Amino acid sequence: MLKPTTNWKQTVQLGLITGAVTLLISLVGMIETFGKRDIISGIISMGHILLLAPFLFSGFIAARKVETKKPTPLLATGAVIGLLGGAVLALLLALGHVINVRALFINASPMLYRMIAFGLDTPLGIISPILGGMIMSSLGAALLLLRERIRKTIINTLVWVIMIGLLRDLITTVISRWGPVAYAIKWIFAPRGLAPIGAIALIVLIGGLTYWREGRAALPKPTASPERKKQTQALTLVGTALILLLTPLILGIFFSEILDNVGLYILMGLGLNIVVGFAGLLDLGYVAFFAIGAYTIGVLTSPERGFFNLTFWEALPFAVGMAVLAGVILGLPVLKMRGDYLAIVTLGFGEIIRLLALSDWLRPYLGGSTGIQLIARPKIGPWELTTQTHLYYLILLGMGIAAFITWRLKDSRLGRAWMALREDEDVAQAMGINLVATKLLAFATGAFFGGLSGAIFASKLTATYPHSFNLLVSINALCLIIVGGMGSIPGVFVGALALMGSPDLLREFAEFRYLVYGALLVGMMLMRPEGLWPEARRRLELHEAEELSSVVSPAD
Amino acid sequence: MLKAWLQRITLADIVVWAIGLAIFIGVIWGSVVTLSIGKYSTATWINLSIAGLALGGIYALIALGYTLVYGILRMINFAHGEVFMSGPFTATFVATGLVNLGIWNRYPVLSLLIVVIVAATISTLIAVMLERIAYRPLRAAPRLVPLITAIGASFFLQYTFRGLYGSGLKSYPDMKILQGFWTIGDVRVFKTQAAAIVGALVMMLILYGIVQWTKTGKAMRAVSEDKETAALMGIDVDRVITTTFAVGGASAGVAGILFLLLFPVAHFFMGFIPGLKAFTAAVLGGIGNVPGAFLGAMVLGMIESLGPNLFLDGLGIPAVNQLKDAIAFTILVFILIVRPTGILGEQMAQAKA
Amino acid sequence: MNKRLFVLLSLLVIASMVLAACGKAPYECTDALGCVDVAPGEPIHIAYALVISGADETLGIDSRNGIEIAIDEKGQVLGHDILLTGEDDGCSAEGGQASGTKLAADPSIVAVIGTSCSSAARVAVPLLSQAGFVIISPSNTAIDLTLAGNPNNHPGYLRTAHSDSIQGAAAAQFAWETLQVKNAATIHDGSLYAEQLAGQFVKSFQEYGGTITAQEAVDPNQTDFKSVLTSIAATGPELIYYPIFIKAGSLITRQAKEVAGLEETHLMGADGMFSPDVVEGAGEAVEGLMVSSPDFTVFGPDYAAKFVPAYETKYGTTPLSIFHAHAYDATMMVFAAIESVAVQDADGTLHIPRQALRDAMFATKDFKGLTGNLTCSATGDCADPHIAVYVYHVGEYPPEKIWP
Repeated sequence: MLKPTTNWKQTVQLGLITGAVTLLISLVGMIETFGKRDIISGIISMGHILLLAPFLFSGFIAARKVETKKPTPLLATGAVIGLLGGAVLALLLALGHVINVRALFINASPMLYRMIAFGLDTPLGIISPILGGMIMSSLGAALLLLRERIRKTIINTLVWVIMIGLLRDLITTVISRWGPVAYAIKWIFAPRGLAPIGAIALIVLIGGLTYWREGRAALPKPTASPERKKQTQALTLVGTALILLLTPLILGIFFSEILDNVGLYILMGLGLNIVVGFAGLLDLGYVAFFAIGAYTIGVLTSPERGFFNLTFWEALPFAVGMAVLAGVILGLPVLKMRGDYLAIVTLGFGEIIRLLALSDWLRPYLGGSTGIQLIARPKIGPWELTTQTHLYYLILLGMGIAAFITWRLKDSRLGRAWMALREDEDVAQAMGINLVATKLLAFATGAFFGGLSGAIFASKLTATYPHSFNLLVSINALCLIIVGGMGSIPGVFVGALALMGSPDLLREFAEFRYLVYGALLVGMMLMRPEGLWPEARRRLELHEAEELSSVVSPAD
Repeated sequence: MLKAWLQRITLADIVVWAIGLAIFIGVIWGSVVTLSIGKYSTATWINLSIAGLALGGIYALIALGYTLVYGILRMINFAHGEVFMSGPFTATFVATGLVNLGIWNRYPVLSLLIVVIVAATISTLIAVMLERIAYRPLRAAPRLVPLITAIGASFFLQYTFRGLYGSGLKSYPDMKILQGFWTIGDVRVFKTQAAAIVGALVMMLILYGIVQWTKTGKAMRAVSEDKETAALMGIDVDRVITTTFAVGGASAGVAGILFLLLFPVAHFFMGFIPGLKAFTAAVLGGIGNVPGAFLGAMVLGMIESLGPNLFLDGLGIPAVNQLKDAIAFTILVFILIVRPTGILGEQMAQAKA
Repeated sequence: MNKRLFVLLSLLVIASMVLAACGKAPYECTDALGCVDVAPGEPIHIAYALVISGADETLGIDSRNGIEIAIDEKGQVLGHDILLTGEDDGCSAEGGQASGTKLAADPSIVAVIGTSCSSAARVAVPLLSQAGFVIISPSNTAIDLTLAGNPNNHPGYLRTAHSDSIQGAAAAQFAWETLQVKNAATIHDGSLYAEQLAGQFVKSFQEYGGTITAQEAVDPNQTDFKSVLTSIAATGPELIYYPIFIKAGSLITRQAKEVAGLEETHLMGADGMFSPDVVEGAGEAVEGLMVSSPDFTVFGPDYAAKFVPAYETKYGTTPLSIFHAHAYDATMMVFAAIESVAVQDADGTLHIPRQALRDAMFATKDFKGLTGNLTCSATGDCADPHIAVYVYHVGEYPPEKIWP
């Protein structure tokens, strides 16, 4: 039985982990909620896919570790994984049959049991997760037996079909804007998920395309001449610009909304990137500047408050100015503090601002929990920027300016001073860098972008409430710059799209938003600690560190 | 000498000291006015102080987890609040079960023991798993990377427990022997408060003993001084780190039960705010320093309990209790202006941070 | 590749155009806002915009549960299934804007149940209103949303929750006339709901001639409320009115009994604290706690006999919050309105004229709901305005009605 080619201990471990993972996603209620969402109408739901995918995946992973490519050990490995993982689920079913698991785990509902048992009744139902798991894991293992081209085709097709099914609502909403094209594509979708015919068509189409592309990818690529390279670069630039300009027009207002939100976070991210990424000052209260920008616009423009009734453009310099002022005021007391002392003070600053905005004390000026309403929208000549699509261009402009400024700052004298500060404060000071001015400038520049973002945010909503400025905003902004790659400007864009854009696409699963978000943060950082689009210097450092640690690690 | 000192002072220093002075004067002025109005009796202040101490004791036990981990790994374990939530939240179900079995009020000590053990075990388990999965692979990564995984883990744990136990409130059953209060003059000491203070003190002493006098504690301190050298001295660094997380987790679990004695409502979000507060307390006392965490927590507890009424009430600001956290953070800024590394922070912490 | 794809696509376009031309329906829509056509076998699309994540999620999830139970119970409307999709309103203005924008872009939606929070409503409702939907909220209580002429009042918006002005005033009336207290203190938690209720109470109570000794506020995430209660105790009120939510509400109830000087003070909350969790969370301190709430005796007997058991079986928990029955009623009202205005073709295709649907909703009269007999006003207030006051006893739920 024991074959030297398979590491059975590892396989058993993986099988149990698979079981634990599926058990967890069952008990937190994901399977049941997602079960209401069909991928292929009437045939398979997202819940089933979620239940089975871990088996397929771990079967594949386990089989990859097997040293031979013979069918028997591969399939046996897969089957063991499925058996063990399925057994964990079967245990839940059996337990649920005997005692009321629901007294503890609220989601252990009859509906969940039915899904795990694939709709079968008790005696057969208890075996069915084991069988299902074994089949899926073996299938996963069997993928390795196929030629690479076919395997890639299958995986690619599966992923795409599931994605399209999952994003059904969004896609239909978008294509319903396209007139005749809508009719051409509509039949792919059923009221819930894909129509079976549509699914088949998609499988054939995507499968065929990938198969064809994989074939071409195998051919040697002609090497591009440097001239050609420059041309393609210019072309990409023009293409990106066109896409950025046209996206909201093609995809409709909801995408403008998403892009607006992402854009506001990019603005914040660019600012925070200066403070954290360039200067290495950990700021957990960045939301304060966002809030100050928003509230200044509110107080100055809202006729409801009736203080000043400025227009958006008249109020904007004040909003940004207030934020910068706040940046300096915050910057001063924390000059001497380092690392985590700084983190908690900035966090406190963010909370103080929010609590003051909410307080009864300042209600005559800031509105308390009623907030400030009727905030002016920006006007350009006779046009008022009312819809999210209009505002998108304003945000795009702001983003462009901010990105340009940070890009120019990065390699300036000031930028280098910031980076010296980040690497070693004492050495930087010894080299003649004025710590006070450098730090304050970092806070002020960061606050500038935060305030700008907040100002646009307030005028986009035409209202501002203290509840919009909680700690979560600071945390999101911090996460997106680290996930994007600390100190990297394109990283901010990538990070914001990944962390802020994707949850908006899947808003209907908002219940599990933070669960998935949390898992995603951990996963991304474990896989790419340097970030999605790291700064060149950082990447070097990290690898240096890895080399060092590999020297040290035998000792510990 | 004075001249040299004067030369080193910059405009920034003056502004910083002015801010500090403004906070100081504000606090003193507010307190004097409030006390001179005489709206509250002495007994009231003592009552509030006792509440503050009880709260501070709980913060101290949570802060310990932050401080120990920080001492060793130089990272903020942002998910520690969720470690604090997980055990007691689970234990609430056990407590309800014990009530249903009729054991709860008949054998209160045994029941409390069971509940504490369950809470500590679950919290420890979560803390150790957290370290193993989310932090260990990243030990060589830049400092902020583990902070992000910690934030991610915090979300993940919160919403996992929400999924498991539901988003409703679970009430922690009252225990007969812990109800009621003793009166000393006009001062009231509630039995739950006494239990929380005594429990926190005992736990704190045990943990301090572990860190100070056992071999494991010695190893912990050695690792926190210098990981590489400790490894060369034959200390299993990974094991020490795991132990540290386990100790922090266990104390958070116990803290959670004490918390539920005072505020008997458990839910999945219950860990976040106390976690944040305890982190603040750890920083206030000088992060990485065990007695500092205790002191910082007590100070924070007192400020929260006394602050709004003492500092602001007399100044005629409406709804002062809404600003409780704002006061706490302002005082934090003041203390850190005076002592940039916390009340008991060592100079060394500055060199390492 | 592009060529082949292009040919394929154009073939598809032509084929589907032909198909579309053949299947043209004879019904002609004359409604001012257009019609929703539901083909045979297709479901009627209802959406929700409720808070289902974050700190306030129990409020929205609870309402969604009410909607789902209504759909389960109804089964089909005019032979069509009901499809429920939804969005998270985040209990915030930006969440309201995102969810409102997304829902407004989907023309298959007939009605939206939502939003959970008034701050989200102020931003989301104009968007949804412009899209022609019926919007009916189970839990918005802000006064301005149904105030005629207010910029926050939009066509097509209704609610089954009662405006804060009614409840706050009723609580003040009860305090003055029945309890005969002369001075009172209020606490709110910084939420729009609590702030407005407390504000209304203060206004009405002072109009009766009462004195407000303190207007305090707390942070709902706090757990230690001793200091706020101490500061209130020093002003010596006979009643503390704290119209906040379950968690902070039960802790305040508990701690109020522990603060010297408040032993004899009446404690009173609002419908945000009408929940079995308060009985559990406040323990023995719950004795004598009063809450104002819609009058449950005018609630149909179905609430206790049918709805609550259905809720518990389906979700494995007692109702999470307070507005499940309001959501249930809102959903049922939408179904009733659809049934009254929809035009059905011979083949089963359903046409729902939007303006007519709105009119039908606003014309709702004596609708037998769980929360009473609902009649909608011209501005969209559909709640049965009977406010009652209940008093809690240890270990008992529901509380006992004592007024009127």
